[in-house]
Amino acid sequence: MDMAQPLPFVLDVPETPEDQGSQEPSPYDESEVHDSFHQLIQEQSRWAAQEGLELQQRARGATGSGQHTLSGSEGAHSTATLRILASMPSRTIGRSRGAIISQYYNRTVQLRRRSSRPLLGNLVRSARPSLRMYDLELDPRAQEEEEKQSLLVKELQSLAVAQRDHMLRGMPLSLADKRSLREKSRTPRGKWRGQRGHGGICSCCGWLRYACVLTLHSLGLALLSSLQALTPWRDALKRIGGQFGSSVLSYFLFLKTLLAFNALLLLLLLAFIVGPQAAFPPALPGPVPVCTGLELLTGAGCFTHTVMYYGHYSNATLNQPCGGPLEGGQCSPRVGGLPYNMPLAYLFTVGVGFFITCISLVYSMAHSFGESYRVGSTSGIHAITVFCSWDYKVTQKRASRLQQDNIRTRLKTGVRWRNLGSLQPPPPGFKRFSCISLSSSWDYRCVPPCPADFSIFSRNEVSPCWSGWSRSLDFMIRPPRPPRVLVLQELLAEWQLRQGPRSVCRRLRQAAALGLVWLLCLGTALGCAVAVHVFSEFMIQSPEAAGQEAALLVLPLVVGLLNLGAPYLCRILAALEPHDSPVLEVYMAICRNLILKLAVLGTLCYHWLGRRVGVLQGQCWEDFVGQELYRFLVMDFVLTLLDTLFGELVWRIISEKKLKRRRKPEFDIARNVLELIYGQTLAWLGVLFSPLLPAVQIIKLLLVFYIKKTSLLANCQAPRRPWLASHMSTVFLTLLCFPAFLGAAVFLCYAVWQVKPSGICGPFRTLDTMYEAGRVWVRHLEAAGPRVSWLPWVHRYLVENTFFVFLVSALLLAVVYLNIQVVRGQRKVICLLKEQISNEGEDKIFLINKLHSIYERKEREERSRFRTSQAAVPPTLFTDERDA
Amino acid sequence: MGGSGSRLSKELLAEYQDLTFLTKQEILLSMYVVSAPHLVDNEQQARSGNEHTGTPIAERANGSPLSARAHRRFCELLPQEQQSVEASLRAQVSFERILSLPELKANPFKERICRVFSTSPTRDRLSFEDFLDLLSVFSDTATPDIKSHYAFRIFDFDDDGTLNREDLSQLVNCLTGESEDTRLSASEMKQLIDNILEESDIDRDGTINLSEFQHVISRSPDFASSFKIVL
Repeated sequence: MDMAQPLPFVLDVPETPEDQGSQEPSPYDESEVHDSFHQLIQEQSRWAAQEGLELQQRARGATGSGQHTLSGSEGAHSTATLRILASMPSRTIGRSRGAIISQYYNRTVQLRRRSSRPLLGNLVRSARPSLRMYDLELDPRAQEEEEKQSLLVKELQSLAVAQRDHMLRGMPLSLADKRSLREKSRTPRGKWRGQRGHGGICSCCGWLRYACVLTLHSLGLALLSSLQALTPWRDALKRIGGQFGSSVLSYFLFLKTLLAFNALLLLLLLAFIVGPQAAFPPALPGPVPVCTGLELLTGAGCFTHTVMYYGHYSNATLNQPCGGPLEGGQCSPRVGGLPYNMPLAYLFTVGVGFFITCISLVYSMAHSFGESYRVGSTSGIHAITVFCSWDYKVTQKRASRLQQDNIRTRLKTGVRWRNLGSLQPPPPGFKRFSCISLSSSWDYRCVPPCPADFSIFSRNEVSPCWSGWSRSLDFMIRPPRPPRVLVLQELLAEWQLRQGPRSVCRRLRQAAALGLVWLLCLGTALGCAVAVHVFSEFMIQSPEAAGQEAALLVLPLVVGLLNLGAPYLCRILAALEPHDSPVLEVYMAICRNLILKLAVLGTLCYHWLGRRVGVLQGQCWEDFVGQELYRFLVMDFVLTLLDTLFGELVWRIISEKKLKRRRKPEFDIARNVLELIYGQTLAWLGVLFSPLLPAVQIIKLLLVFYIKKTSLLANCQAPRRPWLASHMSTVFLTLLCFPAFLGAAVFLCYAVWQVKPSGICGPFRTLDTMYEAGRVWVRHLEAAGPRVSWLPWVHRYLVENTFFVFLVSALLLAVVYLNIQVVRGQRKVICLLKEQISNEGEDKIFLINKLHSIYERKEREERSRFRTSQAAVPPTLFTDERDA
Repeated sequence: MGGSGSRLSKELLAEYQDLTFLTKQEILLSMYVVSAPHLVDNEQQARSGNEHTGTPIAERANGSPLSARAHRRFCELLPQEQQSVEASLRAQVSFERILSLPELKANPFKERICRVFSTSPTRDRLSFEDFLDLLSVFSDTATPDIKSHYAFRIFDFDDDGTLNREDLSQLVNCLTGESEDTRLSASEMKQLIDNILEESDIDRDGTINLSEFQHVISRSPDFASSFKIVL
């Protein structure tokens, strides 16, 4: 923002009232400063040696108020210099009100882009240091601040009311200051809120644009606040955040997101499919079966012929007295009433619902990516750890202590790593490390030549944050086992044991173990898929199973158990492999779990669309698939319940009572989120066959929220590992979008375009594929007349023609490529800017030194004028060079 | 929730809404936390009863939440005529009361936060509006810009406008715990601060100023979500 701004050369500064109580005039006035500069440049060569000596000598003296202005050991300057330093704009902005006001004045002007009045920053930059700049860049004396304020007020007055409030809201001033600014900037005409801003014509365009943005913003805010008022979860989320930090909170927030997606989908379906159908109920084919209670689990029985499932929906145009198949077209539309074509509505609503979900998913994913991966975010891990890692939401003493432990370990490890790799001489404990093959100029981004050497930190607790710092090193660090900090000697011994000729062999062994575990996990996934396939075939073949309702539950139960058990198996297997880093471990666990779930779901999809359609000839196979998905969803919920009960509650009781351990189980965020994603995939898969499935999913999510919350608060403890909440939520959103949603969409597309709907039920019963409904409708429109002729045209050229699809995807690829190029260019610019800033910084140091020497000389002259002795400053020689 | 809305005049409430990032509910809630107990109607009692179930039962004597009790004690100290709404808006709450809020109790930066937001000349008391400022900055909707600005001021322990080595070491001590066995050793601390300065001090002047700080913050996606206090 303003860091690239060249430093205004502020020499003659009245001192800040905050720092120094008195207002003593500066020893130089402006002309004298220029004079001294002139002199300075002339005499520079002559002074160079002498001045260097003085500076260093001063630097040895007492430190001022902690102003280490120059790099290295030099830090002490005379009070006059310090005063000037303290009033440099880059420093006052963090402290004084006047500086903040002037900064925001500049921003306001920029906002309005009025070229008639130059920015004050530009003024300062271009003009010679004159009195003009004092009221802008210096620490405020009372009337100067007022002047600045009045400038700002004038600017604010020309803004629209909403824009002004927005501006004021974002200013880092106290409420009283904001209020007074607001009072002053209120236009004399309209005295109250809701008045219209009277911006000039020149700012009209900007005003309009800004007004739009603001309206949207305030609309969003209103929506947000109303939602906040509605949601009963605010307190619950606050408690979770307070006790467990952001990481566990991210699970619940993810759950909330899912809930929102489902609610959106359900709203659409209710409004356009379920509602109309419920309003015009068709005649039931037979007597209603009696509900036994088991239907809640199986979804069959008395649920079958309800709006719950596809089969119930009619293929007629609803609000016409003469029902009939569509293509007959014998019913002319009634006057005044629009015909409601059910098949079309069914197809379009599901399509639009999926499209909206897709758009919002992709949008939130992109947003999340933008938030969590910034250009140049891979550097500066120490600074980020120190500045940004504290979670202010935490309200529990114990959680706060845990957080402190975490941060401490992270910092210590980080410092040690730096110690090993840096050029600086290592502290005494590291003497014997000199034999490590670390070259002195270690590049953190390079893959180390011999990775095995780095496992010396095997007991260290290393945070996932490390991935930001160095991708490659991160893989060499083992996950934390005990949360205690390692003693260096222990480290050393371990390292000595491990280094040397064994490293190659050990690497081989590591690779072998890794491969083996992967193989086993993939084998498990494959085994699960095969088991599901065999079992479902068995279910198809055995005729007696079809009769009983309870038998329907067997397949979901088996799949659910596999889903529950296999990840545990994989986790046990993962204990065999060498743990490289906690991040990698988490990602690997997620990846394996995902592969497993995908394999199972893929087999099931094949089973439904490939086998069941053939087997259930003459019956309503869509109903069956819908019921099956309902059963899976319910069984998933039941197993989640059991898992929570046994994995958390019983485990805690056992570990407390039997093992006498104080530790409670940790909440496994990744696994729980994956389960949510799995459940959501099931719901999406079933939307076409059971339009009310999102409602079931909503109920399930609500229950899961409360159950998980209760169990978490009672049984679990805060995770000991730090967790990159935003990165992880990005990953989860991506997973939700990419395999889950995309898979469901592909499944539905296949079902709509390729599979023949059953002939006895549902809205598409007379058609070859579900998509036929759309085609028939378009043909209908073509026949209807030229009024809507564009629609068939659109259909013919854009939907049925593949060329358009290719064009769109090519355009998309081009945009992606361009964006990549833009980012690369930005990176270059950032590098250049950084270089420039560090040059400016060196200039600043240089000027400060000069300034200091001027004061120094002046002081000495005065001193020599008053006292005759020259011994006040004994020149002693110091040999160390200033590193500039 | 609108029960006590009539107590706080509509204009004032609207003004607070315009000038802070808080919603009406949040303003009323903070009003309740800081203001006199007679504002508490039954609905809010129930609400805050829900809210503070996280505190151990021993701390919740008579079912009244900790913050309310803290302030009730404070209000008992106030002269009787000050207990009207306007007066309690003007009244200033001393730091101990604010610091004993459950939301701030576990925070190592609580004193700094209070000091930064205090507008009283002695910097040891918070008025209701200061408290609103505090909540506004820590709210959900506050811009990252204003959040990082105040984070900088919180971390600037000596209030001199830059983060120098002393500020950084104090900051690190707050993060790791102040006691002897938890803090970093002197050499570690020096190394750490060197690293921090190397990473974030772009202009190499030995201190971190606001724009350098904001530059660091902008690279951390978790900052905006963790720099939050929910009342």
